[in-house]
This record gives sequence, structure tokens and C-alpha cells, in this order.
Amino acid sequence: MAAKKRYAMVIDTKLCIGCGDCVVACKMENEVPEGFCRDWIVESVTGVFPNLHMEYRSERCNHCSNPPCVHACPTGASFVDDESNITLVDPDMCTGCKACIAACPYDARYVRPEGYVSKCTFCIHRVREGLDPACVASCPTHCMHFGDLNDPESNVSKLLESRPFKVLAPEAGTEPNVYYLI
Amino acid sequence: MWGNSCQGLGVEALQSGSGNAFKWAGRDLIISRPECAPPFGIGEAFPECTIQPYLETDMSVNRREFIKIGALGLGSMSLAPKVFEWGPSAAKTFPVQPGDVVTRAPTYCEICFWKCAGWAYTKNGRPWKIIGHDEDLHSHGRLCTRGSSGLGLYNDPDRLQRPLIRVEKDGRQTFKEVSWDEALGFIAERLQALKETHGPESLAMFSHGNGAVHWKTLVKAFGANCIAAPSFAQCRGPRAAGFYLTYGETVGSPERTDIENSRCLVLIGSHIGENLHNGQVQEMSKALDRGTEVIVVDPRFSVAASKARHWLPIKPATDVALLLAWINVILEEDLYDRDYVARYTVGLDKLKEAVRENTPEWAYPITSIQPEVIRETARLMALHAPATLVHPGRHVTWYGDDTQRSRAIAILNALLGSWGRKGGFYLPQSAHVPAYPHPPFPKPAWSPCDFTRALYPWALSPVASHVRDMTLDPPDPEKQIKAWLVYGSNLIYSLPQPEKTIAAVQKLDLMIAVDILPSEITGWADVVLPECTYLERYDDIRTSPGRVPQIAVRTPAFEPAYDTKPSAWMVKKLAGMMGLDDYFPWADMEEYLDHRLQQVGSSLEEMHELGVKTLPSLGPNYFQPGEEVTFNTPSGKIELYSQQMADAGFDPIPRYTPHAEPPDGFYRLLQGRSPFHTFSRTTNSPIFTELMPENELWINPQVAADWGLKAGQYVKMQNQDGKTSQFPIRTRITERIRPDCVYMVHGFGHSDPRLKRGFGRGADDNEMCTTVKIDPLMGGTGRRSNFVTFITEGV
Ligand code: SF4
Ligand code: SF4
Ligand code: SF4
Repeated sequence: MAAKKRYAMVIDTKLCIGCGDCVVACKMENEVPEGFCRDWIVESVTGVFPNLHMEYRSERCNHCSNPPCVHACPTGASFVDDESNITLVDPDMCTGCKACIAACPYDARYVRPEGYVSKCTFCIHRVREGLDPACVASCPTHCMHFGDLNDPESNVSKLLESRPFKVLAPEAGTEPNVYYLI
Repeated sequence: MWGNSCQGLGVEALQSGSGNAFKWAGRDLIISRPECAPPFGIGEAFPECTIQPYLETDMSVNRREFIKIGALGLGSMSLAPKVFEWGPSAAKTFPVQPGDVVTRAPTYCEICFWKCAGWAYTKNGRPWKIIGHDEDLHSHGRLCTRGSSGLGLYNDPDRLQRPLIRVEKDGRQTFKEVSWDEALGFIAERLQALKETHGPESLAMFSHGNGAVHWKTLVKAFGANCIAAPSFAQCRGPRAAGFYLTYGETVGSPERTDIENSRCLVLIGSHIGENLHNGQVQEMSKALDRGTEVIVVDPRFSVAASKARHWLPIKPATDVALLLAWINVILEEDLYDRDYVARYTVGLDKLKEAVRENTPEWAYPITSIQPEVIRETARLMALHAPATLVHPGRHVTWYGDDTQRSRAIAILNALLGSWGRKGGFYLPQSAHVPAYPHPPFPKPAWSPCDFTRALYPWALSPVASHVRDMTLDPPDPEKQIKAWLVYGSNLIYSLPQPEKTIAAVQKLDLMIAVDILPSEITGWADVVLPECTYLERYDDIRTSPGRVPQIAVRTPAFEPAYDTKPSAWMVKKLAGMMGLDDYFPWADMEEYLDHRLQQVGSSLEEMHELGVKTLPSLGPNYFQPGEEVTFNTPSGKIELYSQQMADAGFDPIPRYTPHAEPPDGFYRLLQGRSPFHTFSRTTNSPIFTELMPENELWINPQVAADWGLKAGQYVKMQNQDGKTSQFPIRTRITERIRPDCVYMVHGFGHSDPRLKRGFGRGADDNEMCTTVKIDPLMGGTGRRSNFVTFITEGV
């Protein structure tokens, strides 16, 4: 068995332009139904004209190391893949009760028209084949990075070593694995 | 259903659009679908039966590469059980399942003019996704948001499905669905009649996009040569003229801007990042990552401004003053590239003289930019020169003196020595692929373009708005434009003053529209030819310029849906009916492309495999140190001072001219792009309408407070000429814009209910631009001298 991975995404807010290509690429790759998305863009503007600061963030499931959705799931459908640290949903076990949706502080989950919950999978079907997730591979600014934080030589480990970063809602204690370079 | 509200609108449009709504002599805007076609409601599924993927048997004809998942490196056929030991059930939701058959076909994108090469994928014969081609110099393997959503065009349930001919029924005009034979026969007959009554020169074509190539050949073979694209006089024409007058060359498309290597990038109103000109976006990101100094001049805190170290929130319409002040500082402080200027340019002394008074202190009250900021940024530009790029912009038809502004930008670059230098403007190369031979075209006895050139000496391309105006009001009664062929260009949105466009159409004997969607202009046509999308057809070879020559092909990834056809097929058939076969001596696009590709040592078969092919470099991308260069200008030098402009009665060196100011309670209307849309072309896409269903009117909070406007409230706009917007628009109250202007994204507020998703969503900036400032040098139509106020009652 391969060594355990801790997959993470590192997104450079200094480069992200909020173009939404990551959103579309995900929708196409993963055939996300109309009206839903697994990733989305947040634009945050602070200051008063003309002294302004703006940050774009491409957000999605944080594949938290301490995932409240999994803890909340009464059926065991939401689970963490032990080998990759990716949070997934088993459609056969999911009853669509939405406990996980209520528990997730990031609003990452939605109920598919078929009745089970879905969300970002970190494109594990691609990652296992050595490809970047679809969103990462499409981003025209190259501001998204994907890799294994258990490997100190990985691009993501090195970026977090060399640049200041933040995570979303750290106070929730979820230990997110999507990092934003600031 | 869309019935009731739209019918009301239709009646309104009929009354304002046409004096005699029910007579054949005048054209009515036809807004209803042909009776036999079932109207799909918003959100209803695209009927499955209309997607006709290639059968597997077609693979043998080498239409595209057939790829098993394994061959693509996506893993083995038994993907899920083998790989996902931990949860085969969860894996059921993954997009690729064991046994899925994935294929891909090379294409290049047609959602915008950047033409990125990519691969269109199918899964089990159904369209799946489009991704960039790694070797492509336009996209580097990453399509932009719009390109990634190209399937939205293919899947649009509102697509034109069958040829349509305008007929009169029960006293009303309507479209009748007809066969291709009937539609093309109708055109052939009417064009023949046109030739006899008014001469072939009376046919004018409007076009946008690569699919137009065979139509252009047909128009020329017919004996006409007036082929206009709004992309000149409504967009980048002033830049072309300004740079041509200075360097004897234009900047081209994709632009020869060496952003990747720039150490200082100056953007003047150019909102790269919101306009997703893919290569430029990628290069700007690389530059930002390297810590490139970015200076953004924009009344709006654009995305680029938010990345820049220096944002100059200039008062709109005063850019020329800032440019002259920068030139002044660079000359007064002796910061220019002395060797470059001495070697390559003429007119330095005259330039010095001309800008002597244009100090930063002079510019300050005009532009509202502090003198020290002007000095500091000018010094930064000089510090990094010649790797300083003062970007020429792209959509630059603003105030009517746009060629002069582009000249100022060109001159500033020349002083910095950036033209032909690393980090400035590189020397582009493009592949020369010989044309498929055909007989020489007949020489037209006259051309509408002659009138244009007489009026606008540096109209380097036909001026679409002038062609329209000449149709309405012929400069010579013997030389009238009596037929239009409109290819892929929604003239109601792309030309200013849409009521003039509609009036011009009324004067035509024949109006042909070739389009994919029922865009507004098709509602005025006599015959509508439904083209298949770029994903369903071959097109000509992409040979656009870049740092090295490269070719790319577009091949059909899917069979044309409905009864749509590629233009090559339509034109060839029509040419046959018109006796113009000789100009199309190829059997089909496969033969046409293969013949052309063979001449550069490739073949269609090879290109199906490769998608893009990079050809050997033709030489260096930059001037060599001390190299003697002859420029294509009258003096052979870069013309800081332009004698030919002086001779023609224009300012030989740009001067600042003040523009009209908004009246009290009005705000200058600025327009721009969104990463989710290309012009008005994508506003009906099912994918995009999810991301950005409508545009918003950006309003500074101070202004909102004055008017008591709330965020997200719908208002109507009214302009200085009393024109009220047809549809309301939502307010976006934001600090990101100055209080003296408002901003909206172009291309929304569709008035044709056949575009179900775009109809009435947001507002159309074009209809608010009743004042148009014409650039006397090249005929450009500046639209930024329009001012709007808000109507909140009864919205
Ligand atoms: S594609 Fe990249 S630049 Fe665009 S919004 Fe997503 S993360 Fe940001
Ligand atoms: S990792 Fe994959 S599933 Fe998650 S947001 Fe990106 S593209 Fe979508
Ligand atoms: S920039 Fe985007 S829309 Fe334009 S050609 Fe490239 S991928 Fe297509």
C-alpha cells in the first residue's frame, strides 16, 4: 500500500482573478447538474474608494481533517477515505437527510436531483491517475495548486512553507485542507 | 411559457421598428418561432434525440482520434473497482466509469476571437467537456471560462434549427421553415436579380469569426468586396490606426504584447482578467507572480487594478492628458531611450515642443491624478524600460479621439524603446499556408469602401457602421447597397444606434443572416441559415501570429444537431446554384484542408492526431542590438511626429481635447467585459446564465445615498437624450467605482424572446448610447459620451 496522503489545495489569492473557470471546468468534468456547483467564487472588497483591497477566493469542500459533516452523518454515507484524507459520500447509503449540509460551515454540499448528497471530491478519479483536479488544471492564472501535504517536497508543502496563508473559518476547528495564500 | 409578456413587447418593437408593419415592403421583426417547432421552456431538458453523435463506423474515415480510456492515460477500463478499493459505491458518482468510451477531437475555440486550441471530448458518444491543448500557444492547455463552457452553445435549446424564409401569412410576416434547397435557391435567385438591377457591388457583408471565410470568397466571386466587421470601427480600429501611423504596423491579434517578459505593465482602461483574452491573462498572472510593476489607469477598481501596485482612478475621458503628462516627464527628465529614439524615430524635437506645457501639474486638475503620482509612475516606466509595456488595449472606441489616444500610447512606448524589445512588443511570426487555388476575382466597378476611405483616411478596414449608414443614406444614388449578408454578427448589439440599423434593413432588397442563435439581427432577415456550432464542423486552418508560427485545426467533434450545416457546405452548394463553382474547386472541407496542410508538410490526418503543430521559428522576436530597421511609414522611422497626418489636416502629435461632461444628476456610462461572456453572444448559454444571469449597474455608494438607491434594486436608466432603457437593471452599490460614472457589462438585455434565457435579463448598454462620437481618422464609433440617470418609479 502506498503511503498515506494528505491531499490539499493551495490557492494564491494574489493571482486569482475570480474568472470562474474553475467552476465551469468542474461542472463539465463532473457533470454537475444545472443549478448546482461544487466550487464557487467569493469576492471580498474592503476599504473606501480609492483605498481598496480586493480578494477573490475559489471555494469548495475543505476536505477537513476534522470533518463535522462526517460526524453528523447518521448513516455513515459521508466518510473520509483513510488513504487520501478526502471526504466522500456514498450515494447508496445517503438518505438525503441533510444533516451533513447543516453541519458543514462552508456550505459545500448540496442534494442532487437523485436525492443523495454531493460535493467536491478533489477529483480523486483524476488524482489517482496522476492528473490535477479539473479546476486546478483549467485555471488560466495557475493560481491553484494541488498536492500531498505529507510529502514535504510537494509543491503545496513548499508553498505553505514560503508564503503567508490562511484557511476559512479556522475557529470552527475543522482543520481545513484548502489553503489560501495571502 | 414565454407567451404573454413577449407578445406585448413584440407589438411595441413592430411599431417602433417599422413604419408599415404589415406590408411586405417593410420588414417586421419576427419574434416568434416557426409554428411547427415546439418551444422549449426555460430549464426544460434539451431533447435527447437531437444529439447525433458520430457512429463508431465513422472512425474509419479518420474524422477524429478514437481513444480508449487506457490510451489517454486515464487508467484502465475497470477504473472504479480496481482503483477505489475503499468505496466502490462512492465511486459510482465519478464521471468516468468502467467501460466508458472516451473520444476526443481537436478544435479551436470560437467563443471569442482568441481561438484557443483544445480537445472536445465525448463520453459514450455524448458531448462531455472541452479542455485546452497543452502545446497551444494561445491557451497553454487551459481554456478560459467561456471556452470551457463551449458546450453551452452546442446545448442551447434556443439554437436555430432549420432554414427560415420570411413569408406573409394572414397579413403578418412570419418565418417559414424550408429545406436547404429552397433557402439557398431563394438566395441564388434573389442575388441574380440584385446583380441585374443594382450590380454585384450592391451586396455588402458583415462578419465576425473564422467560419466566414468561404462566405467572403463567395462575395468576392460574386463581384463585391465590401466585407465589414464591427471588430474594426466598433472595437480595435483606433489602435490599429494609431500604431500604423506610428510604426507602420498594427499590434495584431493575439496582440504582440510581451507581457510574460514585462517588468512594468501599464494598463489604460484595459481590464485584463475581466476580459479573458486567454494568453494575456496567463501572461499577466506570470508577470504578477514575478513581482512585475503593474500600473492600472481606470475609473473603476478593476480586477487588474486590485492586483496592481499603482491604481490611478482617473477621471473618465481624460486619458490623453495623463499620457501627455507622462511623455512630458519622460522627456523633461531625460528618461527616454536615447539610442533607440535617435536610431529609430523622427520628430523628437517637435514632440518636446508640443508637450512642453503638459506637465503633471497641468494634468492634475484634468485627470484628478496627483502630480507626484504621475511623476513616480513615469519614472517607474523608464526604470524598467525597455521591458515596459504600455498596453494598447483592445476595445478602444471611447471618445472619438481614440486614434490620437492610441498614437499617444504608441509614442510613449517608442520613447521607452519597447517596440521590438523584450518585455515590450515582440516581433510576431505566423505560418504561411498557401491558399487553395481559385480563379481571380472579378474586379468590382465600384465599392462602398471607396466612400469610407474618402471620408476616413486611416480606415484600414471597412467601417461596419458606415456601411450601415450608406445603406440608409447612399452617398451616390447610382451606388446603393441593396443586400446584406450578415454572418455571425448581431448588428443590433454590435453597431451603435440600433434604430438606424433597423431602418437600413428596411431599404434592402435582400437580407441574409447566417447564425447559430436567433440573435436579434436574424429577426430582420429575409432568409436565415442555421449554422452548426464550431464543435460540429471543420473550419479553416488557424494561422494567427505568435512568438513562433503555429497552425491549429478545428474538426467536428459531433454531428451537426438539428438541420444545421457548416458554412462550407452552404457556400459550396449556393455557389453551384450561382454558377460560381470554379471558386470552390474542392470536394469538401477534408480535401480543402488536406490540400492546404500538405503545403506546409502536414496533412489532415496528422492534424487530427496533433491538433496543433508548431512550425520552425522564422527569426528572432526582438530587434538585435544596433540593428538597422526600416519601418513601414513614409519616413521609414517610428513617427513621433506624423507628417502625413499634418498633411491630411490632423494633429501630427496628439493633443488633449476636453470631452463633454455629465450634466447634474447624470453619470458617464462606461461599458466592459465579464469573464463569463463574449459580447452578446454568450448571454443565452445555459451554463453562463447560471454564472451570470444578468448584468448590474455599478454605482458608487455616495451616488446611491444621494438617490436613496439600495443594493440589488432594479432601476431603469435614462440618458441625456431622454432614451430610457427597455429593461430594468439591478444596482450594484460598490466602492469599486468613481462617483462620476457608472459601469455595466456589455451584451445583456436581449430583446428577442427567442433567446429565452437572455431575454429581458439585465439591460443593453448599446441602446443607451444614442450619442456617438466618430473618430475622424478611421471612422470609429466612440460610445462613452453618454450619461445616464436613474428611474426608480414604476420599475
Ligand atoms: S479559475 Fe483560477 S483565477 Fe479563475 S476564479 Fe478559479 S481559481 Fe480564480
Ligand atoms: S477538485 Fe474536482 S470536484 Fe472539487 S471543485 Fe475542483 S473540479 Fe470540482
Ligand atoms: S480566450 Fe476563451 S473564449 Fe476566447 S478562444 Fe480562448 S478559450 Fe475560447
